[in-house]
Amino acid sequence: MSARRPLPRWADVALLPVLNLVLALIVSGIVIALIGQNPFDAIRIMTVGAFGNLEGIGFTLYFATDFIFAGLAVAVAAQGGLFNIGAEGQAYLAGLGAIAVGLALDHTSWLLVLPLAIIASGIIGGLWALIPGYLQAKRGSHVVITTIMFNFIASAIMVYLLNYVLKPKGVQEPSSANVVDAGKIPQLRTWFHQFGGAPLNMTIIFAVLAVIFVYVLVWRTKFGFALRTMGHNPAASLYAGISNSRTIMTVMFISGALAGMMAVNEVLGEQARVVIDFTSGFGFVGVAVALMGRNHPFGVALAAVLFGALYQGGIELQFEMPAITRDMIVVIQALVIMFTGAMEGLLRPGLENAFMVFGPKQKAEAAARETVSTEG
Amino acid sequence: MTQRSSGGAASEFAIELKKINKRFGPVWANRDIDLKVRRGTIHGIVGENGAGKSTLMSILYGFYNADSGEIFVNGQLAHITDSRHALQLGVGMVHQHFMLVDNFSILENVILGVEDNALLASSLSKARQELKRLADEYRLNVDPDAIVEDVSVGQQQRVEILKALYRGADTLILDEPTGVLTPEEADDLFRVLRVLREQGKTVILITHKLREIMAITDTVSVMRQGQMVATVPTSETSPDQLAELMVGRRVLLRVEKGPAHPGQTLLEVKNLVVADDLGVVRVKGVNFAVRAGEIVGIAGVAGNGQTELLESIAGMRDQRAGDVVLAGKVLSLKGDDGAHRARREGLGHVPEDRQREGLVTQFEEWENNVLGYQYDHAYGRGMLLDIAAARAQAIERMHKFDVRPANARLKTANFSGGNQQKIVVAREMEQNPKVLIVGQPTRGVDIGAIEFIHNQIIKMRDAGKAILLVSVELDEIRSLSDRILVMFDGNIVGEADPAVATEGELGLMMAGVHKEAAQ
Amino acid sequence: MYELIISTLAATVRLTTPLLLACLAGLYSERSGVFDIGLEGKMLFAAFGAAAISVVTGNAWLGLLGGIGISMIMSVIHAIASITLRGNQVISGVAINFLAQGLTAVLGLAWFHLGGHTPTVPDSGRFTPIIWPYADQIATVPIIGPIYSVLLSGQNILVYIAFLAVPVTYWVLYRTRFGLRLRAVGENPKAVDTAGISVTLLRYRALLITGFLCGIAGAYFSIAQNNAFVNNMTAGKGYIALAALIFAKWRPVPAMFATLLFGFLDALQIRLQGVPLPIINVAVPVQFIQALPYILTCVLLAGFIGKAVGPKAGGIPYSKER
Repeated sequence: MSARRPLPRWADVALLPVLNLVLALIVSGIVIALIGQNPFDAIRIMTVGAFGNLEGIGFTLYFATDFIFAGLAVAVAAQGGLFNIGAEGQAYLAGLGAIAVGLALDHTSWLLVLPLAIIASGIIGGLWALIPGYLQAKRGSHVVITTIMFNFIASAIMVYLLNYVLKPKGVQEPSSANVVDAGKIPQLRTWFHQFGGAPLNMTIIFAVLAVIFVYVLVWRTKFGFALRTMGHNPAASLYAGISNSRTIMTVMFISGALAGMMAVNEVLGEQARVVIDFTSGFGFVGVAVALMGRNHPFGVALAAVLFGALYQGGIELQFEMPAITRDMIVVIQALVIMFTGAMEGLLRPGLENAFMVFGPKQKAEAAARETVSTEG
Repeated sequence: MTQRSSGGAASEFAIELKKINKRFGPVWANRDIDLKVRRGTIHGIVGENGAGKSTLMSILYGFYNADSGEIFVNGQLAHITDSRHALQLGVGMVHQHFMLVDNFSILENVILGVEDNALLASSLSKARQELKRLADEYRLNVDPDAIVEDVSVGQQQRVEILKALYRGADTLILDEPTGVLTPEEADDLFRVLRVLREQGKTVILITHKLREIMAITDTVSVMRQGQMVATVPTSETSPDQLAELMVGRRVLLRVEKGPAHPGQTLLEVKNLVVADDLGVVRVKGVNFAVRAGEIVGIAGVAGNGQTELLESIAGMRDQRAGDVVLAGKVLSLKGDDGAHRARREGLGHVPEDRQREGLVTQFEEWENNVLGYQYDHAYGRGMLLDIAAARAQAIERMHKFDVRPANARLKTANFSGGNQQKIVVAREMEQNPKVLIVGQPTRGVDIGAIEFIHNQIIKMRDAGKAILLVSVELDEIRSLSDRILVMFDGNIVGEADPAVATEGELGLMMAGVHKEAAQ
Repeated sequence: MYELIISTLAATVRLTTPLLLACLAGLYSERSGVFDIGLEGKMLFAAFGAAAISVVTGNAWLGLLGGIGISMIMSVIHAIASITLRGNQVISGVAINFLAQGLTAVLGLAWFHLGGHTPTVPDSGRFTPIIWPYADQIATVPIIGPIYSVLLSGQNILVYIAFLAVPVTYWVLYRTRFGLRLRAVGENPKAVDTAGISVTLLRYRALLITGFLCGIAGAYFSIAQNNAFVNNMTAGKGYIALAALIFAKWRPVPAMFATLLFGFLDALQIRLQGVPLPIINVAVPVQFIQALPYILTCVLLAGFIGKAVGPKAGGIPYSKER
């Protein structure tokens, strides 16, 4: 049995993700250099672009809104040991809920539209995730594969609907009708003109509420207790009388609902209609955000802002250094996912060793934990 | 087939172990072991769980390296590095848990790793011929094209034996081979072992079943608590003598215990039949009852169905047949939340494996105090968890049960084994159950905690609870129980009064000898 | 009508080719016990690499080599993450897919300045259709004619390679020592380890083959089927290949049929764009046909059309400790 030398809490939660991010940025920097650009300039432009002025911050936070929802979706399922890669499809379909509310209630007030749109898109996203959840709980189908499949099925459904059902007469490209008036969620620049062109809108309130909700759910409710038990140790949850199948289905619904809420920010907050692929891969960014945020809502919120900055910085970068496109951000995102998620074994042992050398407390804990049971 | 290093003049002893020592941390698994196994005999090694038998054999076939001591194979000193090396020397292991690829044919399993060349065709035909020869020579008949997952467990074991023989093993080690076999299959196995012996092979048989030892071995070595206690020709000993040697005369931790005053029956188990995850029936129709104010102890060597019995009563495993009745009510425990319903009816459960089932080691202590009872009103009436109440209660219990350090926010993994067990015990006892089922309560627990936990169990009994105790530690069973039941091979094979029953008697029942007498 | 069927079949074969290659690629990896969701990413990398090298060198075979090379490098990265570092294999695959998406676009723009795609690959840099002898003359022969001259003749060499890979894979998997050990390590790595065979080495070799086949599949897109690399040109085919692999229950010959089925559905939806069905007189939404492979896979996974039990040790990193 190998001795476990765990990292102190802060190193595990904050230091390691940051180191992995730095590693990702270094590799990205190498790529940028390889294509003949200056990586340090790139970083500078991105940072300024994201935080340099209120407009940049506005964009950053607007993106962060999406990433918070997507990240929470992945994180909450991960607390139960489930990997929901279907946030993209769940959000895409949920656009139907958002647009339905937006079109139906555009003569009322945004104060009514926003919460109802959140609920509607949440329900649709939740149901779309519930099906794979059910298949996992009752039929043992691997939720990773089914959610990937469901992403494609959702895409097919939406393309069909946008081309043949939702498209208003006389419109060429596939999209839904436009929302007007109260159907549109007001953007913060309505009150704070310094936000310039940033589509940061009131949906962010619900993103923040979602962060709090997930925190309370996972650490302060009985359901959250059951969820975490199952995620850590399914044998213990069986012992504790927790129904794994019911827990799986419930958490997948919640996860899908959170992903679905992302649609409101895009459909009613920025684009004012549903277009093809309006989710733009943000569901997958949620994976990176959840990994970086260690599946904790506050971590997710921070990581979401970070990725929002990356995206906004990437747009600025595109203007200033046309040789680098937004795709560079996808590269960084991919590297973050790889280092934080898959290649954990790369930095962790080195870090653990460092702490063993410098931290006698860890050494003592590890020795104390070396309980070995042998069977004759 | 593989080439083996040819020895010098054939030694009288196929295997000789001299002063083998092996420690795992504080546990001294093998202590100055001397063992001589004569060529062409069946040599049994018998002992209870934790005696050190499997460790010793693991050293012999290369899975572990001894801390000190020497191994001689055919009279030549050997430094066995891994199982491949052991096979080269002619020592083959037939594992308790088969190393077979389930969806391969028997033939494919036999040649895996010792194929002739890159193309399978020649290896397969050669192996087919060789298997035929082995089958004829050792009466190990198998259908080479049968798929492993389709054949019986007895057949699968034959494949493991054939694998070893195919690779040129002269000495075969079998580790608890009959645990998964039916009586008929076990007899078949013995026939095979006898033929192997006739053909000059050496067999080392590890078992806790005295019937087997008496039936088939030529020599038997007894291990107890890491030491080799005795080696005698089987013809010169008896089951009684072996049982006594196995169990030993240890210092009993006598618990202060008044007489029991049993009241009404609180737990009844009727014709219970339970299968394990692989579908093998492990509890074969068990009946017993536990009354209020009494401790019923189930003695037995691990692996005879006790685990499945406990899991079934606790609601963690569906029953194939039979009933569990608690305080007169038949429990309906189906579904993956059966344990919740069992608790609701008044069952407390200290599980056999606290780290795997009884605790979530990543949780803080107070969270584990809640585990299993999270739906109770004591921890919140609605959806929210009353964390303050849970933490306060946890601290209270930590003081009452002397759990150290008394920090309810500390991660459970950081508590010692004994303290972890006290956390579990406190949780289950303080819920004031009607019936308490306890499995291996003091495994991996220090002396001080053992005493404490034993006293708590007695206290519960005196408070009128019905207690079912399962333990592989015979001492524990004898000192705590008011009534002893012995479980062997999925059945209750005998009942004993702890005040009168001797170790020998219990040892015999635990080793299944009683059953033989009944046949 | 008959000509229509044959030409649809010919199109099917062309559409099946990359699916088949990717599916077989995934077969090696998954049979060895390593999940590979990154087929899509490897194909995309290979498509880009093949096109880039073909454009620069004007040589199709060099381009193919380039595509294979990149794909194999990515496979080694996946191997390091999954086997050596014992990381989460799903996450590694997802990361590689994103990396492909982003990196091919970035490098494409940086090297060719065309907004992310490569310039047109010259004919010398492509695999062009191979016309079988006397195809024109035989074309008029009833029944056999179209089969010979439309279906069999006129495909590019990668198509033939793909279908040839099926019996080759069958042979490797079931008739060689490597195949035996490969199948064993995906079911019970402990048994393989105790037999004295290196689990790590075996799995690395499997993933190298995966990279090799994905490389051919990716190259097919840019220098055979089309004549340039375009952003995201693999368009999810890697996931369809994965679905086909599950559908085929991880066996080579059923993999061929599964990918043919999915390829056929693809050919069908192209043909059926807006065409009303005979009896119902309603146009079948092509999106439904496009979604069919995914729906079928889910149905299979749910156990409604037989069980889909993958290699037992799939997705579980192997460690030696007891």
